[in-house]
Amino acid sequence: MNSRERILGRVRRALADVPDDAGPYEEAVARDYLREHGHRSVPETVDLLAENLADYRALVHRCTDGELPELVARLLSAHGSGSVVVPQGLPTGWLEAVDAALVQDSAASTAPELDRIDSVVTGCAVAVAETGTIVLDGSSDQGRRRITLVPDHHICVVRVPDQVVSSVPEALGRLDPKRPLTWISGPSATSDIELDRVEGVHGPRTLEVVLVDGS
Amino acid sequence: MSGTFVGMPAFPVAAREAVGNETLRGNLRHATHTIRDKRARAVAELDDWAALREAGKQIKDHTLRHLDRYLVQVEEAVTAAGGTVHWAADADEANEIVTRLVQETGESEVVKVKSMATQEIGLNEALEARGIHAYETDLAELIVQLGKDRPSHILVPAIHRNRGEIRDIFRSEMSEWGRPAPENLTDTPAELAEAARLHLREKFLRAKVGISGANFVVAETGTLVVVESEGNGRMCLTLPETLISVVGIEKIVPTWQDLEVFLQTLPRSSTAERMNPYTSMWTGTGDGRAGEGDGPRTFHLVLLDNGRTDTLADEVGRQALRCIRCSACLNVCPVYERAGGHAYGSVYPGPIGAILSPQLRGTGSEIDASLPYASSLCGACYEVCPVAIDIPEVLVHLRERVVQGGPAVRQGNRVVLKPARGHAAERAAMRAAQWAFTRPGALRTGQRLASRTRRLHPRTLPGPGRAWSGSRDLPAVPAEPFRDWWQRTRGGKDGAK
Repeated sequence: MNSRERILGRVRRALADVPDDAGPYEEAVARDYLREHGHRSVPETVDLLAENLADYRALVHRCTDGELPELVARLLSAHGSGSVVVPQGLPTGWLEAVDAALVQDSAASTAPELDRIDSVVTGCAVAVAETGTIVLDGSSDQGRRRITLVPDHHICVVRVPDQVVSSVPEALGRLDPKRPLTWISGPSATSDIELDRVEGVHGPRTLEVVLVDGS
Repeated sequence: MSGTFVGMPAFPVAAREAVGNETLRGNLRHATHTIRDKRARAVAELDDWAALREAGKQIKDHTLRHLDRYLVQVEEAVTAAGGTVHWAADADEANEIVTRLVQETGESEVVKVKSMATQEIGLNEALEARGIHAYETDLAELIVQLGKDRPSHILVPAIHRNRGEIRDIFRSEMSEWGRPAPENLTDTPAELAEAARLHLREKFLRAKVGISGANFVVAETGTLVVVESEGNGRMCLTLPETLISVVGIEKIVPTWQDLEVFLQTLPRSSTAERMNPYTSMWTGTGDGRAGEGDGPRTFHLVLLDNGRTDTLADEVGRQALRCIRCSACLNVCPVYERAGGHAYGSVYPGPIGAILSPQLRGTGSEIDASLPYASSLCGACYEVCPVAIDIPEVLVHLRERVVQGGPAVRQGNRVVLKPARGHAAERAAMRAAQWAFTRPGALRTGQRLASRTRRLHPRTLPGPGRAWSGSRDLPAVPAEPFRDWWQRTRGGKDGAK
């Protein structure tokens, strides 16, 4: 008997005392928890996102659609970035004012190559106000998971209010589990030394989130 | 479970030594009190905490009740998404599978995400014995590995170390494993984290094989979820060509929607954050869906039993399998705070370890038979548990098993356990109590006698009772038995003023 059959057999014998309740799963769990916490207007939800992002040390900026290229250029230059990795499908206009060298992400680029690049600019799939989280799903304006991981500086553009939801349950409803997903709440951090929170271990030490209004 | 802890003394012996270590007690007190206060604030932000906790409990209970069906569903979904599923009945088999998979890549180095399951099976040691070096990349795991130490906390394995000790370990050991610690490294947490970043980055960038566990596996989609903070997890999950995930069979949740419960309760219960900095979710190799070259090309899922089905067979104890390893119970436990994690002789310390280890491993060894007693039964662990595991109930149940013996399941077979040695005095005391409580006259006489001789009572018990009174104050016998007091004050027909 192989281990698959052995384990499944053990499970079935272990559950011999359990009555057969073959009802649908939808009825098996009481889901009387909240879909969102508190009642907020749309602008208040965006404000909460900004507040919670900042609370975990992300740098938050707000601008209009028209101001975005200037702002991105300014943030990159303030960070001293000489090179920027760019997802294949990033709207070209976002980077039109940038001086730094633009490096298109491609499957051929290796981790050591990415390690030599200063910054990355991406869009996002959804942002969660209550937790201060941005979620990337590998769409063409976000690129492969590694490009938002290896460079030390990540600028993420969130279109508000379209891409903003209140809560974790709402965010999951918008996401496709077949895609590789990365949920990001503030920059890399550790609490392993005396449970003091320190920002910046292996992921980007600087996370800047740009909330673009009216797009 | 792991050979790391074989030969551990029973909990009271190990704990006595730890309690005398003032540095350890100071570190632990500071750390556990910091985190428990933060957790309370993070939980208070959610008005529906009680409903989320109940939903988490129901989801896990439902999954366990139909675990055979969900295991098969996971296998189908992961396979359909381009992954390969392996089944491991015990630690040896899991280690054998992982070793073979690594050998097939031709690599002799792997990078690892912090994983309780791989610690439980002693994977690093098994790989090392076959010439494969496994690098722990979580900062706390790195501290433990470099210090040739053992983990003492589920979430923060190096919680027993303070910053000065960590600096000393980095300075003396990092050069043995790779990039040395920077000159003049100080003990500020920021500098220590930076030293770890530099040391590990060279390993991440060249790694071809990554090994992880998972916090959750979604049956309907085959999605694995890893929750972390530092980014080391993302490095290991996305940069290597081959990813091997070793996951206990209790980690399954039925549906994608179920994550909405646990992604709210886990971060707040563990690190007391609204959300941990990074959560990674992937489904097989994601062929054709995401961009080409995004993540490992080969994915293996190893489903691990290793005592879990034995635990499932225990009607009272099976609730321990609901555990999502948040470690909230450790941080509120007065016994853990004083004894430290090492005294529990397992990778699972604290209250959850006291019920999980003796079930996964059986109560045959001295340390496992002692763990159900490593508690004051104060119930704080149950209060904070985000999946409402009644740890005190299971502790009492396991105490009964240790003292009385009885039916249990070991490695899938029904066995009848003999009472553990060393509990003769306890059994005798319980028999005596039973005798006395069924004979009111004798009880009354005994109580009166005890009251009248109270000045003569010793402060510690003689004989086998010494073990009990060695760590407790004997309760003082009142000057007058309750029934006499009752008779004297209110029991009479006239009552009393």
